[in-house]
Amino acid sequence: MSNNYFKVIRAGINTTFQDKGRNNLYHIGIPFSGAMDNRNYLLANKLVGNKLDLPAIEFAYQGPLLKFYGDKINIVITGDVVFNIKQKDNKIEGNCYETYQLEHEDEINILSTNKSVYGYLAISGSFDLKLQWGSCSINTKANIGSNDGKKLENDQEIKISNINKNINKKKISYLNSKIENIRIMKGTNFDYFSEEGKKVFLEKEYTVSKLSDRMGMRLEGPKIENVVNTNIKSEGLLKGVIQVPADGNPIIMLSDHGTIGGYPKIAVVASVDYDRLVQISPGSKIKFKEIELSDAETLFKLYEMETQNLLSQI
Amino acid sequence: MIKNISNLGDAALYCDFGAEVNKQINSEVIKYFNTIREKNIKGINNLTPSYNKLIISYDLNLTSFNKIKEEIEKLTQSETSKSISKNLEIPVCCDESFSLDMERLEKKLNLKRDEILENFFNKEFFCYMTGFIAGMPFLGDLDEQMRAQRLETPRVKVPKGSVGMTEQFANIYTFESPGGWNIIGNTPLEVFDSSKQKEPNLINPGDTVKFKQITLEEYKNYNE
Repeated sequence: MSNNYFKVIRAGINTTFQDKGRNNLYHIGIPFSGAMDNRNYLLANKLVGNKLDLPAIEFAYQGPLLKFYGDKINIVITGDVVFNIKQKDNKIEGNCYETYQLEHEDEINILSTNKSVYGYLAISGSFDLKLQWGSCSINTKANIGSNDGKKLENDQEIKISNINKNINKKKISYLNSKIENIRIMKGTNFDYFSEEGKKVFLEKEYTVSKLSDRMGMRLEGPKIENVVNTNIKSEGLLKGVIQVPADGNPIIMLSDHGTIGGYPKIAVVASVDYDRLVQISPGSKIKFKEIELSDAETLFKLYEMETQNLLSQI
Repeated sequence: MIKNISNLGDAALYCDFGAEVNKQINSEVIKYFNTIREKNIKGINNLTPSYNKLIISYDLNLTSFNKIKEEIEKLTQSETSKSISKNLEIPVCCDESFSLDMERLEKKLNLKRDEILENFFNKEFFCYMTGFIAGMPFLGDLDEQMRAQRLETPRVKVPKGSVGMTEQFANIYTFESPGGWNIIGNTPLEVFDSSKQKEPNLINPGDTVKFKQITLEEYKNYNE
């Protein structure tokens, strides 16, 4: 048995293992988690010939610097990411959605995501990780998942097994589409807000705050006036739910959100826009656009067909 | 009974059982929760019961709002009458080192320490829901005279095992976390065990709970 692993030279800002997440645990306080940008996660696994539900490394803003020890392995990066690969004395600029072969002591340096937030690294093999409730996904706030529920740290080793050596070099041309108008449906407390407040929410621009992470995206902008009650009886939350607390600034729940909350729900983001929503970086402006449930369902189907189409081209 | 079903986004059903928070309404929520769990309806991937609401999440690739709504409306009362609740006893130590907010409570409630503890330990609690953080039970109802607001400034770290009170509810911090409840004691019992693949949480919605006061000595020897 050969010994294959990555040594983490620099961990990056928020580098975790993510897969499709865990189901059926909301009622005991555990959210889905899982890859924030599901399409890019799936594309990464497909490009290196993996099963689509294997865990990948997810990074945000600045990614990790990893040194590889072992036999040959193929890797790929998806998202909109600036990275390079050091092979012996050679340094090459990397392209996303294109596989590279690493050899013993090669390094991959993920410098930054470009006007986006999340990127993915997948390998033609599997990371040796423990499942917790059917998923490796790390939720750092609740210390749940593989790697003891913690993000990657400097100097740790990531063991690799089941390397698939019969993988050809693969490449697709794909550009992440950016989005500024986030489509939403009215939430269950939409009528808690004044006519003016509703208008503000649907017509004005909001800025994504720096205080955004895998739990939630905080927005800053014109305040949304509540005329009924700034609290509700605590009830379930979902990813994509937009809550407005007493200060009038909306918060969008993201994949690691708390499962129960007591702020009014003004709206919910349409599933079709979730992958692109999470890629909007702090400081960027967004606007909301209201759509009906039936439109949201149709748009999601089209988005899924597009994802399946991309996967089938690989 | 479900009073109204609406959509919460495009991947969840929002079942409203009424505006009030009481045991009767919550018992209905829990009955539906247990029944739907057992039915394994295609596409449903999460259920979140709370005081008076039940949120049913589904995979939009497998089903849709109308399909799930139809399935839920088919459920009759007789199918939702099964009860699988447990009676639990939770040991709590109220040594000074654990009862972080006892002085505050004495002032706010205008009751003496002994009166607060006597009332608390004689009460039979009902678990309305679990969540917020993994496994945290929301237990009601405290008597009117025992109801205090949460701390003005929440603690950055509430110790694991802390037993707290706010308004009509008691809770247990299943692991160290930020929080604003009035802490009166600590349990040595593992209320949430993340190493368990099945049923990691001890207390489920619908269960009844009685707290039993233990001494510091008993607390220290509890896990031996």
